[in-house]
Amino acid sequence: MKGFTTIISLVFLMALPLFAQETPPDSALVGAAVDTLVPAESRPAPVGQLSAEDTPNDDGESITINWMVSPDDAAGKVAEYKVMRALAPEGPFEEVGDAGSGQTSYSDNRAERGVPYYYKIAALNYKKVDNQITWQVSSESAVIGPIMATAQWINMGRLNILIAILILNGSIIYFIWAAKGGRQFYIRKIAGIEEVENAVGRATEMGRSIYYVPGINDMDDVQTLASITILGKVAAIAAENDTRIDVPVSRSMVMVTAREVVKEAYSKVGRPDSFQEDQVRYLTDDQFGYAAAIDGLFLRERPATIFLIGSFYAESLIMAETGNSIGSIQIAGTAQPAQLPFFVAACDYTLIGEEMFAASAYLSREPKLLGSLKGQDLAKAVFLIAIFVGVILESFGIDVSNLFTAE
Amino acid sequence: MRREIPLAITFIVGVSYIIAYFIPREPFSNFENWFNDWYAIVASFAIWLGALNLMKMSSLKIIRGKADVFHSVLIIISFLLILGIGFYEGFRGINATPSFSFRDPGTGFDWLYVNIYTPLSATMFALLAFFVASASYRAFRARNFEATLLLLAGFFVMLGRVPVGDLVTGWLPPEYQLSQWANWIMNVLNTAGQRAIMIGIALGLVSTSLRIILGLERAYLGGD
Repeated sequence: MKGFTTIISLVFLMALPLFAQETPPDSALVGAAVDTLVPAESRPAPVGQLSAEDTPNDDGESITINWMVSPDDAAGKVAEYKVMRALAPEGPFEEVGDAGSGQTSYSDNRAERGVPYYYKIAALNYKKVDNQITWQVSSESAVIGPIMATAQWINMGRLNILIAILILNGSIIYFIWAAKGGRQFYIRKIAGIEEVENAVGRATEMGRSIYYVPGINDMDDVQTLASITILGKVAAIAAENDTRIDVPVSRSMVMVTAREVVKEAYSKVGRPDSFQEDQVRYLTDDQFGYAAAIDGLFLRERPATIFLIGSFYAESLIMAETGNSIGSIQIAGTAQPAQLPFFVAACDYTLIGEEMFAASAYLSREPKLLGSLKGQDLAKAVFLIAIFVGVILESFGIDVSNLFTAE
Repeated sequence: MRREIPLAITFIVGVSYIIAYFIPREPFSNFENWFNDWYAIVASFAIWLGALNLMKMSSLKIIRGKADVFHSVLIIISFLLILGIGFYEGFRGINATPSFSFRDPGTGFDWLYVNIYTPLSATMFALLAFFVASASYRAFRARNFEATLLLLAGFFVMLGRVPVGDLVTGWLPPEYQLSQWANWIMNVLNTAGQRAIMIGIALGLVSTSLRIILGLERAYLGGD
């Protein structure tokens, strides 16, 4: 016991210098140490040409402050710029944000609409040791103001999109109006859509079912809406042929909508009793869980025809290759460019992007919908000409890229 | 009214979104948040429709003794297990000091997520590699001129993306080595094709949206 006490005492004595080092020095000592540590000529020059303006094209909650970097910025004497704001030129100023060295602007997104503000920028230089600032010096710019944040009525940064939308929608509405007046339109053949009836007929002949997979996104995705629209036409053809169509879905809202659409399709062709609620069923919201469930269904049920139309991601090839392996005829369609090569490789027919959106009009042959396709084509021609002219102008060094970019 | 009210809602919401995109000031700037909140509320309630449908279909399969009953039993057990443990951990977390979430590390729910759900998802994702191989094998067969072009492009891109590509063309100047060929194919040819498709998709999206907003396209409501 005596030996143990001696060892403890020795360890304690040896550790004393450690405790002595960790004891914080008094404040006078700290001040003296910091003053002596600040290197000579470490204070950066203040920023120049400070200006502030109401941030354009917003709802009046932001002010943009611009400045020229401190002349000492390039020399590494600026650690950051602090943006200070006050309600009066004499202050008191509060810090509203910071920008790194080399930065020349800051957006104060916490400004209140209609309130006049004054700004100044402090160029800071400091040294950090173990995340603690050991010394700090700063230079403040002149005060600028008053500046008020105001709300705008039109986002001018999106004016080019507005013009493009007006051209597109104008041409669509014109052709819809022309179609209402009895004008006939030629629509080129789309192999994937032409084949829908044959694909359904194949299932009828083989006495097997059809599977329609409307993608993994919800009803807030236009691709899903387009898919559900096509589902209505496919279900009607299947109902006419008295062939079962199964619609496994990954979203509850899609289930409710798809069920209504398929039910209506059966009623329309005079077979309301043939519709069963379990034809449209929910599987899971999970991406790969859904893919696994679909694969399982394909392998067990071995449908003659599979439609994969909607929004797909990484699961597209998992489903399409499984469908291919069981010898089903597959018609796919998506507006996800990254998934199109997979569908092209694994499916018999693929509706590429806009063809999927055209499918509903194509299948219904309704003049108003066909007119909208024609309008879309005209707008496409206008945009192609714009791109062509833009390429030529850019080739001659005339910068028109701003006309084609938006906020 | 069964059709008119949904069509009216679609028109009002669609037009509001368009207006809000171009007019940044209030109240228009709030439209997106309001409608997104409403959608989230409706979708939250709809989740139960899906879950109950899954339970109903699986239970009916078991009761009727249809084929693949095992899958249905597994679905029901898994669903009830994760639901039960989630609720249990949730209530336990509320009453604990300090409180914790049912998803926090160390909870039973987290254990199921990490040890069952994540490996199963990863397995499905990993299968993609084999499906890519089988699909590529079919797609890259040189049956005609276009398929041969595809084969050549695929060959150069795949080889250019691995170090051996530059090794076999190491005798060439750096700007002519295989990795640069691959970059050129991806950045010029591939990007040009992708952009053409994307312009078409964008126009199709706008056209479809307009048809839906104007009520011309109403098949999604269950009719023409």
